[in-house]
Amino acid sequence: MSDVASPGSKPGFSSDVMIQMTGVHKWFGEFHVLKDINLTVHKGERIVICGPSGSGKSTLIRCINRLEEHQKGRIVVDGTELTSDLKHIDTIRREVGIVFQQFNLFPHLTALENLSLALIWVRKMPKAKAEEIAMNYLDRVHIPEQAQKYPGQLSGGQQQRVAIARSLCMNPKIMMFDEPTSALDPEMIKEVLDVMVELAESGMTMIVVTHEMGFATAVANRVIFMDFGEIIEQNDPHNFFENPKSDRTKLFLSQILHH
Amino acid sequence: MAVVTGTGSDTRNPIARLWGNKKARSVIVQIVTMAVVFGVLALLYRNVVVNLAAIGKEFSFDFLNAPSAYDITFSPFIEYNSRSTHLRAAAVGILNTLLVASCGIVLATVMGFIMGVLRLSKNWLVNRTVYCFLEFTRNVPVLLHILFIHGLVVTQLPVPKQAMNFADSFFLTNRGFFFPAPVPEAGFWIVATVFAISVVFVIAFGRWAKKVQDETGRTYPVFWISTGAIVAATAVAFLAAGMPLSWEAPALKGFNFKGGVAIKPEFIALWLALSYYTSCFIAEIVRAGILAVSYGQTEAAYAVGLRPNRTLQLIIIPQALRVIVPPLASQYLNLTKNSSLAIAIGYMDVVATIGGISLMQTGKEMETMMIVMLTYLVFSLIIAGFMNWYNKKMALVER
Amino acid sequence: MAEATQAYEVGRHPELPPPRSEVGVLGWLKHNLFSSPFNVVLTLLVVWFLWTVIPPLFEWMVLNSVWTADTRKECWARMAVPEDGACWAFIKGRIQLFIYGFYPHPLRWRVNLSFVLLVLAIVPVLYDKLPGRKYALWYAAAFPFIAGWLLVGGFGLTPVDTDQFGGILLTLIIGVTGISFSLPIGILLALGRRSTMLVPRVLCVLFIEFIRGVPLITLLFVAATMLNYFLPPGTVFDLLVRVLIMVTLFSAAYIAEVVRGGLQAIPRGQFEAADSLGLTYFQAHLTIVLPQALKISIPGIVNTFIGLYKDTTLVLIIGMLDPLGIGRASLADPVWLGLAREVYIFVALFFFICCFSMSRYSLYLERKLHTGHNY
Repeated sequence: MSDVASPGSKPGFSSDVMIQMTGVHKWFGEFHVLKDINLTVHKGERIVICGPSGSGKSTLIRCINRLEEHQKGRIVVDGTELTSDLKHIDTIRREVGIVFQQFNLFPHLTALENLSLALIWVRKMPKAKAEEIAMNYLDRVHIPEQAQKYPGQLSGGQQQRVAIARSLCMNPKIMMFDEPTSALDPEMIKEVLDVMVELAESGMTMIVVTHEMGFATAVANRVIFMDFGEIIEQNDPHNFFENPKSDRTKLFLSQILHH
Repeated sequence: MAVVTGTGSDTRNPIARLWGNKKARSVIVQIVTMAVVFGVLALLYRNVVVNLAAIGKEFSFDFLNAPSAYDITFSPFIEYNSRSTHLRAAAVGILNTLLVASCGIVLATVMGFIMGVLRLSKNWLVNRTVYCFLEFTRNVPVLLHILFIHGLVVTQLPVPKQAMNFADSFFLTNRGFFFPAPVPEAGFWIVATVFAISVVFVIAFGRWAKKVQDETGRTYPVFWISTGAIVAATAVAFLAAGMPLSWEAPALKGFNFKGGVAIKPEFIALWLALSYYTSCFIAEIVRAGILAVSYGQTEAAYAVGLRPNRTLQLIIIPQALRVIVPPLASQYLNLTKNSSLAIAIGYMDVVATIGGISLMQTGKEMETMMIVMLTYLVFSLIIAGFMNWYNKKMALVER
Repeated sequence: MAEATQAYEVGRHPELPPPRSEVGVLGWLKHNLFSSPFNVVLTLLVVWFLWTVIPPLFEWMVLNSVWTADTRKECWARMAVPEDGACWAFIKGRIQLFIYGFYPHPLRWRVNLSFVLLVLAIVPVLYDKLPGRKYALWYAAAFPFIAGWLLVGGFGLTPVDTDQFGGILLTLIIGVTGISFSLPIGILLALGRRSTMLVPRVLCVLFIEFIRGVPLITLLFVAATMLNYFLPPGTVFDLLVRVLIMVTLFSAAYIAEVVRGGLQAIPRGQFEAADSLGLTYFQAHLTIVLPQALKISIPGIVNTFIGLYKDTTLVLIIGMLDPLGIGRASLADPVWLGLAREVYIFVALFFFICCFSMSRYSLYLERKLHTGHNY
């Protein structure tokens, strides 16, 4: 098997492979949603995945932490292969954080409790220490003053930032974002993107499903275009936007850029 | 009195002007309503007085202190015989209502939660089977269920002479279910004390474990340790004290069993029928409550590394309960009210005693029905009060 | 790579069928019945349960049943396995009793006519695309009175005593009367409960909470034993009428709570819009608020009606003979002794069919509302 070389990875990068997907297929019933996905993600890489809705991009990243089960192929995350073994799933979920389009904050807990919950129950930390860490991360996403508020009292942008902090708390090696700004009002998109840019600058390995092409240009090492469950094209942002190779990519770019 | 109606040059007559003022109109309407209501009440009162006088009855609760002169075969809590007063009969009835209602609530809740969860199962066969049972049961009147189960118990179970015998101590017959009664002997108080101490210990342990978790992050399997501690301590004490408990087994004497604990067929029928009928409604409530928590919550919990059982405990159940508890409380109230159908099979609840036989014997329709209704109203008020308290406590904070 | 997969050109990967274990009968079994050890146990338990219950039940109810016989003994004699089948002959022989109660034979055409008129009245209520529905609804509103006249008689028809009513006829009388009269009363109570005026509000709250706090059976006892005390001396009131009043008031209190829920769901803006148009309280409610609130409350209202319909069986406790009462009375017949199962199953099926169709209808409405309302 030939290594799927990522054109965007520069020689200066560490060659540590964080995620290795080989020949991954997934079906929803009869519907073939992921077709022969081969993808390698190196440490510190920042990947943006785009594509029309229904192209399988969300399913792809949800397979990486087993929110969806793939039916064929292999997924190896930081040396651990994803199988139905619960221990492997636990290990991988500790290393991979995900941020959802709909935030999915726990509405019955305060922002601080949303963050400290997993530290207490999964990392088995003392409450005081968990809350200290949680406050640190709330600080990092610039909303320490909202710690005692419930999600219902926060704006969309604030909720999404709490959600990012909740994932970061677990100290993941990889952060995945599933259309993190799609459910937000325009004036709140920036505050979330700013946090994500800061995160990227800190060297975090990131996979971001988004249509925010400005973010892709500014932050990504590699942009992946998906359609009909396949990876059609991948390239560094400059080449991806300036001279896309496939017709489908061109069409997609023309639709979202000249909208 | 000057009524300002906007324009000063209102030439209508004072009453029309008063009617045109919103506040004044509201006051008038309320005064008229009040007058009409009091008028009707006064009329009803007069009718009652005249009607009662015509047949020579008077309104009084004195009869409550008179001997009831009838027997109640099922009075597990207080002494009662035919020389007891009507008041005591009422008390027996109320206690019996409470007994069947609380037993019913427990069983209905257990069955309802199990069926509600099974209804959400991905297992098609289980899901459909439970669904069919639920749909059939709740679309048939509860009275029919009660009569049917009572009929089954009375006609299908064997007579005491051919009782279904389990290990010579449990007997199922058409006269009821008989099982050995525990009889504490000297020294039983030791066991009881140890049990009480272990309960106190377990409560303290729970608090301590919470504190340890807060301080060090360590978690203990609190539930298993607690259960184990109570069982072990009680068992050790029981053995150490020389097993100070004997069993009085029921034995066949003549046509029926004597001794032991007897559960009457009326109680069994009412209890089972009310429980499974109500559990169908509870199952729907539980199902809806769990479905009300979006799947995104589960995914988010999994994504931060929580295991399925912790997700259930920390994320799903607390949110689902907010949705489940209010309608659940009203189902409890329904079950309690439906237990009044006891009278159809002769279970001696409050309707059958004071509202049934006492009413027939004394002819005090007004007084007895007032007692019965008041009983149920008090139950309703208690449950309504609990619901308000819970809703206030649990209301999700929103903007 | 271990698995040899055909390579396709990028972007030209065809839709492949999923692995055979994921779809078809095998996939279905795997995902639906045997997805985990616990599920396997559950599936086996249910299969065992169904296997022990359904075949014997089917045998008893259908294969081994007898439809014509004059006595229980004859019934049993005709069975392949004696005493191990349903004796439907018992129900069949008494079907008239179950339907009409003791309504005089020569006058039963009036009952049949009422049944037909009832169906004609229900159709426009349930089906909103009927042409000329407006007039049909007026007829539906008048139906209880027409049927009342047909059944009770008077004004040219031979009068029939209400204590001869029974069976399904009685269930329908109580059900339909309760349903048609409790709705308007319930709406008034709900409006009263939400009124800004203290006196009507307190009165409505007291009434609603009192009725909802006590069991129906106590209200029926009141109707049966002491309602006459409250009426002017000498007034004689038919028992059926007293029961109808109580059942109506009872379900009105429950309807009131359902409608109140619907009223609460109406956005404040609707009230403000009505006020700003200068509509009076009654105009605003009749034209703007109530139509919307009722539409939202329909599923709840139907559920209340189902409850009311099932509760009609309670009248047997005060000695009226609804189908269950007729069945109980028939069981005492020495010739047919001990056929309780047949009676209960028959009556249960009757109620199940009525209530299940009502609940399906409510579900259909709910779905329709969910798709139709997008605000």
